[in-house]
Amino acid sequence: MMNSNKLEKVDSRDAKLSMAYFYVAFIALALGGLAGLLQTLVRSGKVVLPWGIDYYQVLTVHGVLLGLVLTTFFIMGFQFALISRTTGTFTNGARITGWVGFWLMTIGTAMAATMVLLKEASVLYTFYAPLMAHPIFYIGLTLVIVGSWVAGGSMIATYAKWKRNNPGKASSLLTFMAIINTFMWIIATLGVAATVLIQILPWSLGLVDTIDILVSRTLFWYFGHPMVYFWLLPAYMCWYAIVPKIIGGKIFSDSLARLSFILFLLFSIPVGFHHQLVEPGIDPAWKYIQVVLTFMVIIPSLMTAFSLFATFESFGRSKGAKGLFGWFRKLPWGDARFVVPFIGMLSFIPAGAGGIINASHQMNAVIHNTIWVTGHFHLTAATAVVLTFFGISYWLIPHLTGRVLTKAMNKLAIIQGIVWTIGMSFMSGAMHAAGLLGAPRRSSFSEYGGAAQAQEWIPYQIAQAVGGSILFIGIILVLIIFINLAFFAPKGETEFPVGEVADGAEKPPLVFENWKLWLGISAALILFAYTIPFIDIIQNAPPGSKGYKFW
Amino acid sequence: MAKTEFNTKKKIKVEHHESDLRGTLASVFLLGFFIIVTWVSVWMLFLDRF
Amino acid sequence: MHIHKFEKIWLTFGIGCLIVFLSIVGVSAFYLGNQPPSCLTTIDPETVGEKAPFDKPGLNKVEGKEWDYELVYVASAFSYNPTQVEVPLGAKVKVIATTKDVVHGFEMAGTNINMMLEPGYVSEVVTTFDKAGEYLIVCNEYCGTGHHLMHSMVKVVE
Repeated sequence: MMNSNKLEKVDSRDAKLSMAYFYVAFIALALGGLAGLLQTLVRSGKVVLPWGIDYYQVLTVHGVLLGLVLTTFFIMGFQFALISRTTGTFTNGARITGWVGFWLMTIGTAMAATMVLLKEASVLYTFYAPLMAHPIFYIGLTLVIVGSWVAGGSMIATYAKWKRNNPGKASSLLTFMAIINTFMWIIATLGVAATVLIQILPWSLGLVDTIDILVSRTLFWYFGHPMVYFWLLPAYMCWYAIVPKIIGGKIFSDSLARLSFILFLLFSIPVGFHHQLVEPGIDPAWKYIQVVLTFMVIIPSLMTAFSLFATFESFGRSKGAKGLFGWFRKLPWGDARFVVPFIGMLSFIPAGAGGIINASHQMNAVIHNTIWVTGHFHLTAATAVVLTFFGISYWLIPHLTGRVLTKAMNKLAIIQGIVWTIGMSFMSGAMHAAGLLGAPRRSSFSEYGGAAQAQEWIPYQIAQAVGGSILFIGIILVLIIFINLAFFAPKGETEFPVGEVADGAEKPPLVFENWKLWLGISAALILFAYTIPFIDIIQNAPPGSKGYKFW
Repeated sequence: MAKTEFNTKKKIKVEHHESDLRGTLASVFLLGFFIIVTWVSVWMLFLDRF
Repeated sequence: MHIHKFEKIWLTFGIGCLIVFLSIVGVSAFYLGNQPPSCLTTIDPETVGEKAPFDKPGLNKVEGKEWDYELVYVASAFSYNPTQVEVPLGAKVKVIATTKDVVHGFEMAGTNINMMLEPGYVSEVVTTFDKAGEYLIVCNEYCGTGHHLMHSMVKVVE
């Protein structure tokens, strides 16, 4: 009993660590969001950046800050808080390790950002060779990754210690999920670390003259797809195990939630070829095999959709809801902690449908590298994931800072969610449509020599600028709320909601925590999907490429 | 008061798994049809283009 | 592990849909030959332009092949060679392209011709140009500061 009481609140020393990650995350949101606004304005054709600022430099800032920094820092801060709350306060050693990870990541971010601002690294956040940035940019990114390993190691060690002290017991659902996500991240980042450390760094330092492009791209995309699942899973943690508590219901099924996370661990990684479907040098049969594996990772999302609707319906019916959809009205529509992540959930429906289209082998040619893809991941990452992160912030930040979310702030947070929905509908909708007409992604405004097709894209680009401007208002609102919750909100106690399973629910089978088994299967699937094509790519490699600086 | 609460809890427990989830089934099938419609639309576009 | 009856119905339906999708694209790819562009030919990026077919960019009539024409492109920052081509309507064409420097995209807007050009690799796709019109070719992979200025034009004419 005492033990469970102690767990109600995140220890203040752990809270400080989490908050450090959140400060960096929200600074990244502010600057990256501003960069995003500028991009949409430039591409509308109505605005020219002053002082010779380059569109692609701004685009690099946007991608690095929001795709890499905001996400990774937020997730680390969130997972530290989750584990501290549901498994127990970190030991001093584990906490110090968490701080080491934080500083490595922060120093790495500062190094990479400096190079981008000095215009030494306008290579976008995917930094495809043979465009060659300054070596300090790559060293900075390496430190971000290494820092995330150190931080992740601290989480895994804390979990392992709990397992040793509690043999035969299932860990808390949220800790289990955070550990899965950490394992997935570590396995995935091995690929990007390999290309940066073995290929790109020696090449950018001038130690070797040339680089193998396809090997580098393949290693990048081995990492690139699980990276997006690394962003998504913390949102799923909130949907599965926190939102039920917020609405006053129960977790639909602890076991099915764990099963879906195991499936994510297994099938998020051996699927990188679906980003390389229209590339030369890769056998189409191996592309198709990875397409099949990609479709496997849809299954846990189908399970998630059912679980979430079931949580909502069960709750609504327990409150006396009638009819087929009567439960929908019983949900707490005045509570930002629910409403904002709920918008995120809804956005994942078109986001997921688009994702299935993207991964469909030869059909990828319809949308590959068109702005449809940008529209797609602004629904997944920039709506489903980010709105859920905002929803989490609305209780987690005040919990950690010993403050409360006032009624006024709650209202502002709901308005923020609505503003985001409107802005994203314009922006992402226009991106999807223009993409189907062929408009390319990652391109500054251009009339393409007066081509009639390019003229058709311009109205959609103006709609994107309208949407982007509305979204920027959304970012200002969320920053106001964050600053309020971090520094100015009234002092008080805020609940850290942790969902409970229904009383009579079965216990989750212990096999879910047999890591040798799951990590073993994960490794086997990766080896199956990559070994033969990777050997082919290396054996049939063309002469390598020297570096270029075309900006 | 405490007693009633206990009773509702017990009821939820008994009904939890084979509880009334018609709305959930309808919702996920709407989602499924949405996925089919979007996928088939883009597939038709793919077939139509050269 | 208990699974609600409705969830079983849903998962059966959902997984069934995925299998149908995979079968459609699989049959199209492996039986009808509509694979995504995956040419395995390599080339020295430093000497592109010296050897066939890249010594003669543009539309070339060919004999005794499954296709009537070869449409050859050399991409480099920030242009395509050739910049404009006319293709007769209904021609079966093999589009062959490569890059001299960095990674470029090769997308003919409004068609399924969309492939990556990577230094050291040749990219190919065979298709029948069966709709008349003007088609813009754009670079859809960031290649540097002039990326958005990189384009070419194909006119499919009767």
